[in-house]
Amino acid sequence: MNSVIKYFTDIYKGVRSLWAGMRVTGKYFVRPGEIVTEQYPENRATLKMEDRFKGEVIMPHDKNNQHQCTGCGVCELNCPNGSIEIITKKVPNEDGKMVRVIDKHIYHLSMCTFCELCIKTCPFNALAWGQDFEHAVFDRSKLDKVLNKPGSSLKKKEAKS
Amino acid sequence: MSEEVTKNIIVRDDEDYIINMGPQHPSTHGVLRLEVCLNGETVKYVIPHIGYIHRAIEKMSESDTYKQIIHLTDRMDYLSAHMNNEAVCLAVENALEIEVPKRVQYIRVVLDELTRLASHHLWWSAFGMDLGALTAFFYGMRDREKILAIFEESFGSRLLHSFNTPGGLMHDVHPDFQKHTMEFVRYFRKKLPEYKQLLTDNVIFHNRTQGIGKMSRETAIAFGVTGPSGRGSGFACDVRKVAPYGLYKEIDFNEILYDEGDSFARYLVRMDEMEESLNILEQVTDNIPEGDYTAKMKSIVKLPEGEYFQRVETARGELGIYIVSDGKKFPYRIKFRSPNFSNLFVLNTLAKGGLIADLVAISGSLDLVIPDIDR
Repeated sequence: MNSVIKYFTDIYKGVRSLWAGMRVTGKYFVRPGEIVTEQYPENRATLKMEDRFKGEVIMPHDKNNQHQCTGCGVCELNCPNGSIEIITKKVPNEDGKMVRVIDKHIYHLSMCTFCELCIKTCPFNALAWGQDFEHAVFDRSKLDKVLNKPGSSLKKKEAKS
Repeated sequence: MSEEVTKNIIVRDDEDYIINMGPQHPSTHGVLRLEVCLNGETVKYVIPHIGYIHRAIEKMSESDTYKQIIHLTDRMDYLSAHMNNEAVCLAVENALEIEVPKRVQYIRVVLDELTRLASHHLWWSAFGMDLGALTAFFYGMRDREKILAIFEESFGSRLLHSFNTPGGLMHDVHPDFQKHTMEFVRYFRKKLPEYKQLLTDNVIFHNRTQGIGKMSRETAIAFGVTGPSGRGSGFACDVRKVAPYGLYKEIDFNEILYDEGDSFARYLVRMDEMEESLNILEQVTDNIPEGDYTAKMKSIVKLPEGEYFQRVETARGELGIYIVSDGKKFPYRIKFRSPNFSNLFVLNTLAKGGLIADLVAISGSLDLVIPDIDR
């Protein structure tokens, strides 16, 4: 007799707990409130990442195609996994002296772990985060980027007034 | 040898019927291989095979400076990335006797608890899914997304935010950080009862978890099972209470303890911890003082010669970090005592004699993160 009672109470409890759960899902089925899912490929035109979003390391250039990198190599030294390679060259300046300037600032995106140490330690604020995140490519060599644009030069220090 | 340890001794037989669960099994949540010996549907023994995602983080740390180690610890227990970072930072700060600003201590506690909530959300979702309740997965992910949005706004990344640095934080938090955190706390207070209706009160879920994988307090201590899994067996091991670090001395919160020791008790500990995290967030978030976000540090951190140990409470248990320094800018040796490594090896004792379906419920309730086991 006891087992019969237990059988029916179990069914009753099961249906009740099922109903409690179904009420929650039913509520959202009828009234979803907000759409949580990001409508990603469709909303590409309007999608804006956060200002601090870590997409990739970039070197900001101003409108005269000038950057702030002196080629000192602090970022290369601080990078924990060798994602940055600095190649410098010697060119004569206005006085005819040979000075060291940056030739190529090579950034291996494929090895970068986004630890932010290069940007944080750069003494000249030459590096920054870019918001681009669509990094899928067909060949790994395309992930080795040269950050300083061709023909760019070092920004002159503004005279302190 | 204590009784708990002798119970764990495995005798292999040529006649054994062995089946491999993993390394690509969805219920192991990572590349973990469980060698399961079956007698019909009954589990005779379980041998975990680890090492599929070993990255030699301890060895790599020996050729990195203390600031560079931070980003490696993210990749151990990626769901408690912030606590892992904090462990290294606290060890370095204590060794150098640096007083971090009050603002940093407050922000670290807020981030700790947000990370703990996000981690428990994911565990709740995945645990429901392991036991066949797919609906739970979507509801947990919905709420976790809100926390990840806060993270993304302040740190720029959602999961592996190397936001701590010895002496403080990398940046100040976003100006809207406090507002959005409190919005989330109010939002989640309303949503937490839904979790109860969906899964906690469900009869099928009760039958799958109650009385399954019973772990006594002695077993938990013998295997070093810490975190919510240990506290489900009545083992008071919350580092935030036992050896308070940072701001936790001044915060009023409860340590959740259950005595049953089964999968359901471990589940309840985590559900109650979510509520406790909300309480801590309410106490701390609005009181973040103004100030610097980092203490003055030298550009190259060198620890004085000696040995240093620091432990913190991650979402899964006690993480210990042991540093041996010879006075140079690289550590001589680093050892991580990761919580999941100890939590994994109790699996054989718990699953022995049960059904293979219960093995999934037990490993789910232990909340294992595999990269933390292998390091």
